[in-house]
Amino acid sequence: MTEQANSFRTQPDERGHFGDYGGRYVAETLMPLILDLEREYRKAQNDPSFQAQFDDLLEHYVGRPSPLYFAERLTEALGGAQIWFKRDELNHTGAHKINNCIGQILLAMRMGKTRIIAETGAGQHGVATATVCARFGLPCVIYMGATDVVRQQPNVFRMKLLGAEVIPVTSGAATLKDAMNEGLRDWVANVHDTFYIIGTAAGPHPYPELVRDFQSVIGKEARAQMLSRINRLPDLLVAAIGGGSNALGLFHPFLDDADVAMLGVEAAGYGLDSQHAASLLGGAPGVLHGNRTYLLQDEDGQITEGHSISAGLDYPGIGPEHAWLKDIGRVEYTAVTDDEALEAFQLLCRTEGIIPALEPSHAIAAVAKRAKDMDRDQIILANLCGRGDKDIFTVAEKLGVEI
Amino acid sequence: MNRLSSAFAKPRSALVCFLTAGDGDTTANLDALVTGGADVIELGMPFTDPMADGPAIQAANLRSLGVGTTTADVFRIAAAFRERHPQVPLVLMGYANPMVRRGPEWFAAECARAGVDGVICVDIPPEEDDALGPALRAKGIAPIRLATPTTDAKRLPQVLEGSAGFLYYVSVAGITGKQQAATASIAEAVARLKAATDLPVAVGFGVRKPEQAAEIAKHADGVVVGSALVELVCEHGADAPRHLRALTESLAKAVHSAERLRA
Repeated sequence: MTEQANSFRTQPDERGHFGDYGGRYVAETLMPLILDLEREYRKAQNDPSFQAQFDDLLEHYVGRPSPLYFAERLTEALGGAQIWFKRDELNHTGAHKINNCIGQILLAMRMGKTRIIAETGAGQHGVATATVCARFGLPCVIYMGATDVVRQQPNVFRMKLLGAEVIPVTSGAATLKDAMNEGLRDWVANVHDTFYIIGTAAGPHPYPELVRDFQSVIGKEARAQMLSRINRLPDLLVAAIGGGSNALGLFHPFLDDADVAMLGVEAAGYGLDSQHAASLLGGAPGVLHGNRTYLLQDEDGQITEGHSISAGLDYPGIGPEHAWLKDIGRVEYTAVTDDEALEAFQLLCRTEGIIPALEPSHAIAAVAKRAKDMDRDQIILANLCGRGDKDIFTVAEKLGVEI
Repeated sequence: MNRLSSAFAKPRSALVCFLTAGDGDTTANLDALVTGGADVIELGMPFTDPMADGPAIQAANLRSLGVGTTTADVFRIAAAFRERHPQVPLVLMGYANPMVRRGPEWFAAECARAGVDGVICVDIPPEEDDALGPALRAKGIAPIRLATPTTDAKRLPQVLEGSAGFLYYVSVAGITGKQQAATASIAEAVARLKAATDLPVAVGFGVRKPEQAAEIAKHADGVVVGSALVELVCEHGADAPRHLRALTESLAKAVHSAERLRA
């Protein structure tokens, strides 16, 4: 084990900063609450019964551990490194989002909060939040951009079936960032009884830390599974990045393994010189939604709209830990266009019989590019963070097929 | 004595009026507020994501950005205001990102150049003061902090540390322009804040009508009105100055004539 002082796994500092990033940039009304949340999280971290309850729900409700899978035919098709997948798309609700929601709702109940709110873009986090609220009998309000409500009807219906109230947000561009603004407005007016389940490793401290910790089950399992299956660690980890929670969940337990390289894949949309959602590669540091991080913004600091074929990736920011990991060079970041992701989506369908979500399709596209240049005894482990059932309508439309 | 402390040094309570820069004819609108009797002007810097604002000010932000208002425009408006009104205190209110985009020192220098007296930044709490506070203080610009119903006695000293100009008490846990707090709870909160600081205490969020303003002015050193004015800009466009002046006059009369229950 690397010495503590040289570890990449000890962030954030006591103020919630990851290097220059992170922090607690919130209105005064919310400060006392997020300080409370931090205190409660520290207590929960040291409470074996909290951990036991979390583990039990992950095993019996979510279906963990998720399999580690060697993608033999994809490996053959690409003709380079061996491709392995962490199968988080097999979780209950079909994505990694549920890991975090389980952790946060347990915290909410510890804090005596009786009402849950959340924002959602593609609807995956909204569905996962509505699911845990139904499971624990708490009322749930989901803010969703009106544009996304139209684009993601099946998930809207799922949330409603699960008993959640879905509120379409018409302010701004009516997408994910506006849903988050509206979530914060609700929270500020209802701090006394409401817990905000943030869906990614972003927002004010301690959210980036606790979301990462809850999602780290992905990397902890994957690391142990690799060692027990083939007695070695992978050479390269790959994961898609919107806010960045699935990537951090996979990467974090490996950060101090010096021989494991890591690649985060942002959404290049129509291309990095056109409309995209690549905050790290095409943005600049700034402050939004409680934290300092890379943002898509203009020269005056006005936030610009992200675009991606994947509604789960078109957020104009990124978790602050990724901003730090980029600056110190521990993780490499790249971006993949809509078209490349669509191609990778089809490739995985045909070679492995797995319909991936459009988010991990970005990771698969990056894997396809890298694998060819690597040796056959090298190993790439990618996070298959969601299943594609929700995306078949988008894909059909892109391919010009009428369903 | 600087412009802000002079405005609050009078025996009566001060009226603080808010408008969003670049929404409508800001020059004419601000002049109408001054003519109507506003003691302090709070100029909103438009931002794409005004998280603490209700529908009226959100819409004003988007209207302003929609006609292409830039940060340079905001400072032009401020500097021109300072030239026309050398004695009226001017405070910028907004969100962190546009303020720190070119670095806090750049922003503080521009504030100083434009004759801005203070800055209210919604999403920089005392915990993140480094992001803007030192640069403002170095240029003699007052960092104006917000206290809220959730700011307890333990936390209050931290909020007051390094703040200047006045203390802005957000009378409701919520967003601008919506709910209004009960006068009794405001009186109690203002008393608590004034016991902890020598800074003037101004009360805002949800104050729309002269009667309400008069009630608050009995207790507070200042009363902030925003959404009600911004709505007039939206509703009346080029004809807004006349309406702004009328509402400001009635608010000023109410605030200035309210009998102070505390010195």
